[in-house]
Amino acid sequence: MATTGIDAPGRAKIAAKTLRTDRWWVQPLFTFLALTAFVVYSTWRVFMNKYYYSDPYISLFYSPCLAGSCVPGAQFAGAPITWWAFSPALLIAWIPLAFRFTCYYYRKAYFRSFWLSPPACAVAEPHGSYSGETKLPLILNNVHRYALYLGLVLNVILTWDAILAFRNPDGSWGHVGLGTLILTLNAFCLWMYSLSCHSCRNAVGGRITHFSKHPVRYQMWTFISKLNTHHMRWAWVSLSTVVIADFYVYLAASGAISGSWV
Amino acid sequence: MTYKAKLRVWRGDDESGDLKNYEVDVNEGEVVLDIVHRLQATQAPDLAVRWNCKAGKCGSCSAEVNGKPRLMCMTRMNTFTEDEVITITPMRTFPVIRDLVTDVSYNYAKARMVPAFAPPADLEPGDYRMAQVDVERSQEFRKCIECFLCNNVCHVMRDHEDNKASFSGPRFLMRIAELDMHPLDTVDRRQTAVEDHGLGYCNITKCCTEVCPEHIHITDNALIPLKERVADRKYDPLFSVASLFRKGKEKRAAAPATPKG
Ligand code: SF4
Ligand code: SF4
Ligand code: FES
Ligand code: FES
Repeated sequence: MATTGIDAPGRAKIAAKTLRTDRWWVQPLFTFLALTAFVVYSTWRVFMNKYYYSDPYISLFYSPCLAGSCVPGAQFAGAPITWWAFSPALLIAWIPLAFRFTCYYYRKAYFRSFWLSPPACAVAEPHGSYSGETKLPLILNNVHRYALYLGLVLNVILTWDAILAFRNPDGSWGHVGLGTLILTLNAFCLWMYSLSCHSCRNAVGGRITHFSKHPVRYQMWTFISKLNTHHMRWAWVSLSTVVIADFYVYLAASGAISGSWV
Repeated sequence: MTYKAKLRVWRGDDESGDLKNYEVDVNEGEVVLDIVHRLQATQAPDLAVRWNCKAGKCGSCSAEVNGKPRLMCMTRMNTFTEDEVITITPMRTFPVIRDLVTDVSYNYAKARMVPAFAPPADLEPGDYRMAQVDVERSQEFRKCIECFLCNNVCHVMRDHEDNKASFSGPRFLMRIAELDMHPLDTVDRRQTAVEDHGLGYCNITKCCTEVCPEHIHITDNALIPLKERVADRKYDPLFSVASLFRKGKEKRAAAPATPKG
């Protein structure tokens, strides 16, 4: 547990790594468990390669479904990638992965709870050296905006999926099942998560210096700034709705639930 | 209602030191700094402690109370139970001089490295005109009382003495962000933010924000926006190409040579 910090020469000689008396480890522990659970669940689903479509619902891990092997009904734009031999989810799932991995909130979450850098404030980290985001691969976090752009494209498609969830089996409109509500809610939460993004805040107006010369962008910046203060909440809420929406489709597609309410 | 608080206070200098136990009277409504003063007056006349305003405005009384970086004058005794042992130490990131007093000159050296505000050359000081919306954003950062608790808690230096050379800490990255967002500032501060002040070391874990007694949103409103502005310039190929085509884009001078602290 070498640190080169709090026992450096000249500093007050105090042996304890931290003198905090509160339960500072609770939050990183819960974050660690929750994110690990999500990674396990999504890996299981992404590689499963079945139970991702139950008319009119499609799981977001498999949408847009571009591989030739996609089940009929789920196919997107004629499923053009016919040579793809693996789970169609693998064509898509890297986008939300990259989006969340480079997200400023999740960076805080995993730097604290997985890398313990630092585990909590004023608790010494266990590493001998530290270069932050100055080198590869972590310097790539600076291109978070590109992940955001791709994420926004996916949001449009998932919103379309939610609209399609209002169809009856015969293709006519007007169906409303529990799944319709779940898919719609999930799309809404993903929009809130993406729009409250720090890169989005910069893009709409943050990069401007003269707000007074750009009144419309200033308004947008003010609006996004309000959403941005809740970005962490939307990160967790949308992560939960992703799991709920996917698991619901799994239950419906595997036949575990059925009936007109589905 | 008076009671005796159990204190553990760090006593020592840059060579050696220890946590020493004391019992000190506490009256209703008092703050940690009051108790430290009473300790000094009644039992430990040679106890070194730095303070000035006792109102959370001068930034002198920064220390760590039960391991948390805090202003002693703004930490109320009623946040602790009567039988709790309260541990008070100097800030653990800066060299200690004696007892609770640290040498914070690292911060002054870094402050000197930030190029000063540079308005357009043809603008006389009395002629500065700015719209309220343009000033507002940086006004939040002007609340800073320079207590340096944010620099003290930042793990980049707190846990890695060797990073002090290349990293200026949240206090001065925030100062750079403030000037970079200033409509009348003509200096491009993005390069110096990365190269001289180590913006890339910050991993946005938000401890600076957690401890700031002025509740400045250092990470959300200064550091992340600065990272984004740097990305506009340095890491975003599309944006660089697009800006070649943009007409009338304000010309920004490169930062003047940085004086090394
Ligand atoms: S957010 Fe950045 S500057 Fe602030 S304490 Fe964390 S690493 Fe340091
Ligand atoms: S930003 Fe806050 S914590 Fe940092 S020096 Fe200023 S007042 Fe203190
Ligand atoms: S999605 Fe979290 S900051 Fe962009
Ligand atoms: S004595 Fe001035 S801030 Fe505490």
